[in-house]
Order: sequence, then C-alpha cells, then structure tokens
Amino acid sequence: MSRPRTLRIDRITCTGQGLCAELLPELIALDEWGYPVLKDRTVPDRLRTHARRAVAACPRLALHSDRGRP
Amino acid sequence: MNSSATARLTTRHLAAAPGAPRLLADWYATGRPAALADHLGRHGPPPVAAAVGGRGSMPLVEAVEAAGLSGRGGAGFPTARKLRAVAERRGRAVVVVNAMESEPASRKDQFLLHVAPHLVLDGAVLAAAAVGADTVHVCLPRDRSAQYRRLSAALDERRRARVDRVRLRLHALPHAYVSSESTSLVRWLNGGPARPQGSPPRTHERGVGRRPTLVNNAETLAHLALIARHGPDWFRREGTPDEPGTTLVTVSGAVAAPGVLEVALGTPLATVLDHAQGPAQPLRALLLGGFAGTWLPAAHQDTPLTRRDLAPLGAAPGAGVLIAVAGPVCGLTETARMLAYLAAHSARQCGPCHLGLPAVADDFAALAAGRADPGLLSRLRRRTGLLADRGACRHPDGAARLVASALHTFPDDVGHHLTRGACPAAHQPPRIPVPPATPPERWR
Repeated sequence: MSRPRTLRIDRITCTGQGLCAELLPELIALDEWGYPVLKDRTVPDRLRTHARRAVAACPRLALHSDRGRP
Repeated sequence: MNSSATARLTTRHLAAAPGAPRLLADWYATGRPAALADHLGRHGPPPVAAAVGGRGSMPLVEAVEAAGLSGRGGAGFPTARKLRAVAERRGRAVVVVNAMESEPASRKDQFLLHVAPHLVLDGAVLAAAAVGADTVHVCLPRDRSAQYRRLSAALDERRRARVDRVRLRLHALPHAYVSSESTSLVRWLNGGPARPQGSPPRTHERGVGRRPTLVNNAETLAHLALIARHGPDWFRREGTPDEPGTTLVTVSGAVAAPGVLEVALGTPLATVLDHAQGPAQPLRALLLGGFAGTWLPAAHQDTPLTRRDLAPLGAAPGAGVLIAVAGPVCGLTETARMLAYLAAHSARQCGPCHLGLPAVADDFAALAAGRADPGLLSRLRRRTGLLADRGACRHPDGAARLVASALHTFPDDVGHHLTRGACPAAHQPPRIPVPPATPPERWR
C-alpha cells in the first residue's frame, strides 16, 4: 500500500487551460473563468492513473501531485 | 497612513494607559519616543549571548515557546515554531522585519516603531542570534518617508554605539496591500516584484539569497525582546493561559478617542472600545481584523479578544484592527467600498483572485447601490465561496471573509437593498476611510 497522493495547483503558473478538468473530472471542476476548482485534494487509488495523466497533460506544469501531506 | 495620522495618534496617547502596558510602557512614562540612550537606560543592551546557547540548546527559542508567543501580524502562527524551523536549517540565516502594515485601518506597527524603535530592533537582533543569522532586513513601505528617516536615524545610533554584531539594513518597498505578505518581502529582497510567491520552497527553507529566512512582524519581535529579558513567566502574567501576553490594537470608527492601544489578550472587545472612549451612539457592528477581517454584530461585543473565543464566530484577532460602527450606517455600502479596494489590490497573478475578486466586488457594489438583479445573491454567494484557498496568498480568502460576514451581520440591510433598493443610510458619507481603489503602480 503506497502513501496517498494529494493534488496541488500552482495558482500563479495556472492560466486556466482546463485540461486537468477534462482528464480528471472526478476531482477537478472549472469555475466560470475556466480556472480549476479542486473538489477533493486527496487522490483515491482508483484515480491514480487519471491523476498522473492530468498532471502530465498540464501545458503550464501547474498541477502537482504530492506524496502525503494534504 | 501618512505622517499626520501618526502625529494625531502620538499626541492623544498621553491620555491614559489601559491595563499594564509593556511595549508602550516607556511611551506612557515619558510621552516621547525612546532614543537609544533612553532605551538602553531602561532595558539595558539586548541579551544576545544568552539567546544563543550551546550545542543542541536554543535558550531563546525555548523561552519564546514557554511564553506561548504567537505572531502579531495577522496569522497568529506560534513564533517559536518559526524560529525553530529556521534555526534547524543549515547555513547562515536571514531575518526580515515585516513593518509593511499595509492594512489601511491599522497603525500599530507604525506607532510602535515611532515610540519604541529599539525594542523592535532588539527583537530582530535577538531573533537573528537565535536562528544564526548575520543580517536583518527591515522592510517599510516606500510612501512613509518620515518613518523611514526616523528608523534610519535609529539604525545609525545603534551603529555608532556598536550595539549589534549583525548587519541591519533598511528597505523601502512598494506599498500595495499584498506587498506585506511574507513571500512578497522575500521576493522583493531577491530583486523581484513585491508580490506573493506562494509555491514551495518555503521561506524558512530557502528565502532571501536562497538562505533560511525568518520573517516576523515588527510587534512580534518587540514582544520577543521583552521575553528575552524578563522570561516566559513574566510574559504569561497578562493574557489567557492559551493566548498569553498583550497585543496592540488599532481602534477607529465610532469612538471618541481612536488610536493604538495595548491590551491583554482576552480583553472583551467592548472593554477595548471603552478604552477608546466608546461609541457615542448605540453600537451597530464591529469590523475586526480590518478590510480582510470579519464583521461582527454588536451582540458579540463582549467576546474576549482571543483566537479561541473568536473562532466560533468565524473571526480572529488578526493584526488587532477594531472598527466600531454606530448610528445610521449602511454596512453594505461600507463593505462595497472596502471590497473595491481589495479587488484593485489583487497582485493579478492568480486567476481566481484576478478575475473572481473584481466580479465579487462588482456584485457587492450592485447590491449596495440597490440595483440587484434577481440572481445576484446566489451568484455572489457562489463566487465568494470560490475565493478561499485558491490563491498563492490569502488575499482572496480575506475578501471572502469580509463578504460572508457582511451578509451575515447586516441581514436587514440585505433585505432592504434586494427588495426596495438602497437604504437611506447608503447615501450617508462613508464612515470607514478607504484609500483610492486604484491598482498599485509599481511592484518593484
């Protein structure tokens, strides 16, 4: 059992491209300006792969998945 | 904000000392700012050697921990934990004195630095010894030139008297609301804009010049200077067991004697107002914490000034700003003006703040002006709910707190404005002074 991962958005770097919400709608929604709203920071095991894809897809490298600490 | 405001505070403060002042004790005793000779005569030199300790021991950090000192800049973080985090890092550290005091309704750091500059500087020098720093940066906003000159003279005095072993440097930063955020200071000192940084590494890990950096509010350091001299038990003689010590508050609004006071933590808000010679008319509400603070209905005026007692009300002592509102006044109009200012002062780095905050301010302005559309209230609540925890700093969180508490504290005004247009008091002249809601010209 590996340590849980939590999502973190670098708010200064993020420009609201919105790919993260497309790839991980279970955890990320968009506000009316297209900026991400984290519904839940903690990544459940079943969404690990999706979370990894969303992190990798961010063109601004603004989405991070940290080990442990919420 | 300007020097005339400080001068007004200064003259008036000779009146009376509420409780047992500590930071302001010399001021009440003499009625004039303490020069270095006065300060050394009364307190002696800063006990730097005793602060350092030997292998594995950190006497000053331990004393501050036992005293239970928490930050007086607004966040209320335990000071000892901050000191320890920096002290435990490898390499020469840096100390930054945050005297930016950007909150428009706060004067306490300006006042303290005017009447007891050497207490603050002692605290900075002692903190530097405790964390292994060789440099202290004192950060002031650029537009307070009189304060800069006075503090510069105080630093010269110390240099001539060879009081300190560390380097003390004074800096004048751009004056924007968010420039007082600790990461803004670090970023500016590193040659960047005075805007919040947000992401890791944390300041205590890698701050000024990539060195471990301690950033403390000016008042916090003055308390630390007294703890180093008198010990934790002395410090705990005032305040509550959980939140010991005294704190500076800036009282303004509907009181006869506005100004800076030193009170024990745990003092009921109404007693603080009494010290400022109270509201002449029945109190309507209190704004605690300033523009990024929380409105409290008058019914809560007996709440003690502690984090613990205020937390259930969604409020906190913050940086000790207390604004009394009495008589015919429109809470929504006052709030709308503060929100417009906060929106203009977004650092424009993070989308949710840059776009969300002006939208919330516009919605609120429409409500205050009595031209709300049917969807306004639900839209305002939704947008406000999306401000908190979505920025690199806590600026949007503060604005959200102001909005939510205004809607909660002034339900009658909200009802009137939604159904019948602006209330009569909305056309009164503003009660809370708000600086122009224009974006900062420069960040560097």
